Amino acid sequence: MSTQESYPIDVDAIREDFPILQRKIGGDVTVPGPSEDDDTPLVYLDNGATSQTPDQVVDAIADYYRTYNSNVHRGIHHLSQEASVAYENAHDRVAEFIGANGREEVVFTKNTTESENLVAYAWGLNELGPEDSVVLTQMEHHASLVTWQQIGKKTGADVRFIRVDEEGRLDMDHARELVDDSTKMVSVVHVSNTLGTVNPVSELADLAHDHGAYIFVDGAQSVPNRPVDVQDIDADFFAFSGHKMCGPTGIGVLYGKEEILEEMEPYLYGGEMIRRVSYDDASWEDLPWKFEAGTPVIAQGIALHAAIDYLDDIGMEKIQRHEEQLVEYAYDELTAFDDVEIYGPPGDDRGGLVAFNLDGVHAHDLSSIVNDYGVAIRAGDHCTQPLHDTLGVAASARASFYLYNTHEEIDVLVDAVDEARQLFG
Amino acid sequence: MGMGSDMYRQQILDHYKNPRNYGEMEDPTFSHVGENPSCGDTIKVDVRLEDDGETIEYVSFTGDGCAISQASASLLSEKLQGTTLDELESMDTDDVTEMLGVDISPMRIKCAVLARQVAQDGAKLHEGELDDLDRTVTEE
Repeated sequence: MSTQESYPIDVDAIREDFPILQRKIGGDVTVPGPSEDDDTPLVYLDNGATSQTPDQVVDAIADYYRTYNSNVHRGIHHLSQEASVAYENAHDRVAEFIGANGREEVVFTKNTTESENLVAYAWGLNELGPEDSVVLTQMEHHASLVTWQQIGKKTGADVRFIRVDEEGRLDMDHARELVDDSTKMVSVVHVSNTLGTVNPVSELADLAHDHGAYIFVDGAQSVPNRPVDVQDIDADFFAFSGHKMCGPTGIGVLYGKEEILEEMEPYLYGGEMIRRVSYDDASWEDLPWKFEAGTPVIAQGIALHAAIDYLDDIGMEKIQRHEEQLVEYAYDELTAFDDVEIYGPPGDDRGGLVAFNLDGVHAHDLSSIVNDYGVAIRAGDHCTQPLHDTLGVAASARASFYLYNTHEEIDVLVDAVDEARQLFG
Repeated sequence: MGMGSDMYRQQILDHYKNPRNYGEMEDPTFSHVGENPSCGDTIKVDVRLEDDGETIEYVSFTGDGCAISQASASLLSEKLQGTTLDELESMDTDDVTEMLGVDISPMRIKCAVLARQVAQDGAKLHEGELDDLDRTVTEE
């Protein structure tokens, strides 16, 4: 069953960097961490939810806290300067990684969702009215969907959804119908976290710009596993999260074109984001600090820098090829069962994840059963409830792959799914 | 391998595939519905009491969802027959897991207790201890 593929990356060496991949599971879940009762090797296939963290990134966090922990942009003292330089450099590194012009265009947030909300509140609330429209897709994550839906309610703006066709791709004719001169924002997911569809974001950016609208691209499932250049896409805004790309939780990125961010009002007020304050008024700090009120995500930003170094050393093109090999294999193996349905485009044309259902078995039951084989997958609506309604299912199971996964791990998943078929059959 | 999934021992699968007392009752004393949003499970429980107004004569249910929630409803419908409303209302989570005969992982407890909670809320509504609850939603 298993095929020994030649990988574009050294998976064995990479796995050495992730000690968690060596652990067993199965003991008491109310006590975090390994225990004597753990008996089953972990097969981690829930990377779409969060990726694991290599030693290099854990070391960067520990190094910061052990040797130069300090608040940034406050003190004149030595540690504060070290921390400030490292924190600022992290913005430069992100800018370089995604093709932004510089740190002015890179705002650190909590996660992709906060990046989305930052633009929705700071720009949307001020700029949208009842005569305007916002265009999303039917495959939006709740991060974008709920945010613009609610901003639509507050401003009266019409919120529209580009249809998803039978194969899980955007209906671009419908997109051209929906985006018109009333449209002020097009907010689209780059790679769907449920369908695995890779959306034509450059084409959508052109469409938005033809009508004078901005485009916001949700890159939470694309930046971790493929080369991304925000200027090639011509995105006005672009967002992603650190924890899905070998970084820590608690940090997201908002990229915005400098001239747009310059015009926008702050989203959060407080320290760090101001230049001069009186009892009556205040003026704002330069970009990007204007959008980073309060003590920012210092350790997380520095760790994100380390995560980007880690991924870049391996090479984003190679990581993408590895994931594409894995997902094609998983797609073929799972669709060999005639009672498995996978949602979205074919195996040779998708991002590194498969959401599926086994006929007659609830996704949560399936997830529980494969967990007994050590396999971590996600089950539920993956924060795309309306899309699941469109698919006509309450939930699905989702396996999502990353640079450290192997064909052998997919074999374990497939065997476990087969066991579930037999149990319920 | 063949741990065969501890949560899915024969009893659970049997009750999921062949649910007992499945269907709507024609003359229930009270009925109630509920859902577990995390799995999308739904359950409707119908209860008929004997003339004493205390003893449970018959329980039936309808529903849709994961094996744990549906098997739990089936097992509960059998267990409650001949017991009293007081006994129903005193059932706790441990009683449910004991009834299921398997360890339920913390993330799946809501599925397991849904039917019990729907039945308990139905009983409380019937006795006037609760008013105005259209639907039970598991929160545990």
